Amino acid sequence: MTDDDDFAAYQSLAEETEDHRWAFGTGFSDPLEGIDTSVPAGVDGAALAAYCLALGDDALIYSHRLQQWVTRMPELEEETALANIALDLLGQARLLLSRAGQAEGAGRDEDRLAFFRTEGDFRNVRLVEPADADFAELAGRLLIFSAWRLALFGELTGSADPVVAAIAGKGVKELAYHRDYAAQWVIRLGDGTALSHARMQAALAAIWPLVDELFRSDAVAARLPGVAADPAGLRAEVDGVLDAVLGAAGLDRPTGAPLAPVAGQAGREGVHTEALGYVLAELQSVARAYPDATW
Amino acid sequence: MVTRKAGDGVTGKADMVTQEAGDHVAAALELAREIAAAVPDPELPMVTLADLGILRRVTAEDGRVVVTITPTYSGCPALREMAHDLRYRLARAGFADVIVRTELVPAWSSDQITPEGRAKLQAAGIAPPHPVRPDQGRPGQGPVPLPLTMALPKFVACPRCGSLDTERTAAFGATACTALFRCRTCREPFEYVKDI
Repeated sequence: MTDDDDFAAYQSLAEETEDHRWAFGTGFSDPLEGIDTSVPAGVDGAALAAYCLALGDDALIYSHRLQQWVTRMPELEEETALANIALDLLGQARLLLSRAGQAEGAGRDEDRLAFFRTEGDFRNVRLVEPADADFAELAGRLLIFSAWRLALFGELTGSADPVVAAIAGKGVKELAYHRDYAAQWVIRLGDGTALSHARMQAALAAIWPLVDELFRSDAVAARLPGVAADPAGLRAEVDGVLDAVLGAAGLDRPTGAPLAPVAGQAGREGVHTEALGYVLAELQSVARAYPDATW
Repeated sequence: MVTRKAGDGVTGKADMVTQEAGDHVAAALELAREIAAAVPDPELPMVTLADLGILRRVTAEDGRVVVTITPTYSGCPALREMAHDLRYRLARAGFADVIVRTELVPAWSSDQITPEGRAKLQAAGIAPPHPVRPDQGRPGQGPVPLPLTMALPKFVACPRCGSLDTERTAAFGATACTALFRCRTCREPFEYVKDI
C-alpha cells in the first residue's frame, strides 16, 4: 500500500466538487439515494409521510438532547458512548425524515423538515423533550426510549413499506446495543450506593409520567395497516424489559400518574412540553440564520 | 437507435454489437470492480470497502458504472466520503459517469468482513469481530433478548501479544463500529470491531 492509497480519501476532499463541502462528514446527500422510494400500492402516502415524520422526530429531538451531554459527562468513555448513540439516532432520523419527505411528495427534504418546522409541526413523543436533570435521569430515559424503540423497530422489520422495513432492520442492531448500555448503567446506579440508588429511583419517578404516551393509540398508525405498528401492542415487551432491569437493579417500578394529554392531544398530535421550544431554538438557529447555506 | 434487450446493460450490449465489443465492456467493468474494491475505508484505511463487506456490487446500466454500497451504521458519517472517493478514483481511471447507490437490505453485519479484512485489521492492532450470535438482533426473529450483562464477546484476544486476558474499557469507541479494550498482559489498549 502506498502513501497515496492511505490518504486518498482525504486528498480527494481538496478536489473541486459540486457539493461545496467544508469539512469531513459534511456535504450530505440524500441518505436514501439509489433506493427505490416509490410508495407501495395500497399504502396511504400521506399517512406514511406522517408516520415516518413522527418516528424521525423522536430520533432527531432525542439525538439533540443526547448531544447536549457531550462535554458534560463524568468520563470520556461515557461521553464517547453517548455521542455514538446520538449519531446512530441522527442517522435513523435522516433516513426517516427523507422517507417522510418523499412519501409526502411536496419537495421537502430532510433539512427542510428538520430545520424549518415550528413546535406544533413536530410529532415526537414528549418523553424525548426534557433535559435530563442528572446522569441517573439520562440512564433511565435512555433505557425506556431504547427499549420502546427497539420493540417498535422489531415490529417494523416486517412492515409492508420496504423502506421502513429496511430502516428498522438496521436500527434494531443499533438500538439493542443502546438498550444494553443504558440497562447496565441503571443496574449499576440502582444496585450501587444508597445515594446512587436514591437518585436512580428519583430519576425514574421524574420520567415515568411520560411513559404512558408511548403506548397511546395513534390515528396515523391506524391508517397504515401492515405498515405501522400498533403502539399498544408494544407494551408487554417493553414492560418485560423494564421489569427485568428494575428487578436486577433493586429498583421499584414507579407508580406516578401519566402526564395527561391536553384536550386529548399529546406529542403525536403536535402538543408538546415547554422544553421542545428550547431544543428547536438551538437545533434550528444556524439553519434559520443562514437559510441559503449548505453543509 | 438500437433496441435494448432486457437484462443488464453489459449483456445487452454484448449481444447487440460484436463479441469483441462485449469483451471490451466486460474488461472495463472488471477494471471498475477492481478500483472500487480497492477504495480504503475512510475511518479504517488499512482495510478496503470490499474487505469490510461495505461494497455490495459493481454493475453497468446503460453504459454507466453503478457501485452499490451499504452503510455499517445508520449515522455513519464515512458513507459520504466513500461515495466521493469511489467517484474520484473511478473518474481518475476514465469512468466519468458513476452512480453510487446505497442499499439497506440486508443490513450490514460484521460477519460480512472478509478473512482478508480480518487479517488486515489484526495486523493493524485492531481486534476483528467475533461471529454474531444467532439471537443478536436479527430482523423478524421476535423480541431481541436482554442479556443484562453487556453482550461481551468471549475471549477477545489482544491483537498485539495474543493474550486472552483482556477487558473492555468502553462499549463505544472513536468510530461507530468499534469498542475499546485493554490487554492486561501487555498493558496496551486496543480497539475491537463490534459484532453486530
